[in-house]
Amino acid sequence: MNKIRALIVDDSSVMRKIVERSLRQAGIELEKVVEAGNGAEALVAMGKEPVDLVLCDINMPVMDGLEFVKQLSTVEAAKGIPVVMITTEGSENHVVQALSAGARGYIRKPFTPDQVKEHVLPVLGKKS
Amino acid sequence: MSTDTSLASRSHEENWLPILELATVEVFEIMLGCRVKPAAKGEQSPTAEFTAMVGLAGALCGILTFSCSRKAARELAKCMLGPEIADSEEQVSDALGEICNMIAGNFKNKLSSADGACMLSVPTVIKGEEYSFRSLADGENLETVMMFREAPVAVCLQLHS
Repeated sequence: MNKIRALIVDDSSVMRKIVERSLRQAGIELEKVVEAGNGAEALVAMGKEPVDLVLCDINMPVMDGLEFVKQLSTVEAAKGIPVVMITTEGSENHVVQALSAGARGYIRKPFTPDQVKEHVLPVLGKKS
Repeated sequence: MSTDTSLASRSHEENWLPILELATVEVFEIMLGCRVKPAAKGEQSPTAEFTAMVGLAGALCGILTFSCSRKAARELAKCMLGPEIADSEEQVSDALGEICNMIAGNFKNKLSSADGACMLSVPTVIKGEEYSFRSLADGENLETVMMFREAPVAVCLQLHS
């Protein structure tokens, strides 16, 4: 698999590290990891750096993950970049909202590297 | 979820304490790679030198707290992050906030009737034990003390009636 550039969006720096580690444990090779603390920072980061994958929390200050996905869907340059939500919000309602807004996958915390692999590889066009 | 029946009576009828304990055990096993188990009766609650809290609003309304000693907090952060990057107080606080957040989320997701209509706040972490806080949640208190290695950690859910 080619190395990818991942954007990890979470207000917790600890969780950003854990998500990065889980991607590596899932066998996903990372060329670069870009971090953002909320949806607004993520939109700015994506304007500066090309990325191949976004992993995004929902509950964040300033701009939450659902609003971020909605806004991202209106950015022409971001079309086709898969977004996978990683969140404690596990309700069907949140899943439906996220997928309707344009997210391609949904992982509930707590999660294992295998779950990351299962949900991320397909959106990168790879078999899990 | 019916809001006619009080949460206090529902938490008794549906026996939510084992669900809270299971939610805690799963977070420790999956995210920290270590086991915790309910403390034996008589085990003292931990010295709350670090307290993380997450608010719940909606169908399930109240506050969930996770507290432990400074030493246990550092050990927990090491389990999550590895020893090399879990040294700062900021990282330790961040780790505890996330643990509390995941326990709250995992707990509400296990209550099939609550997860769709309950929101979580961003976590808050208090350092130091010289404080008191009063929650306006005036309903049921569910509290469990778990043993993480040799150290007690406390998980408490205070529900609004």
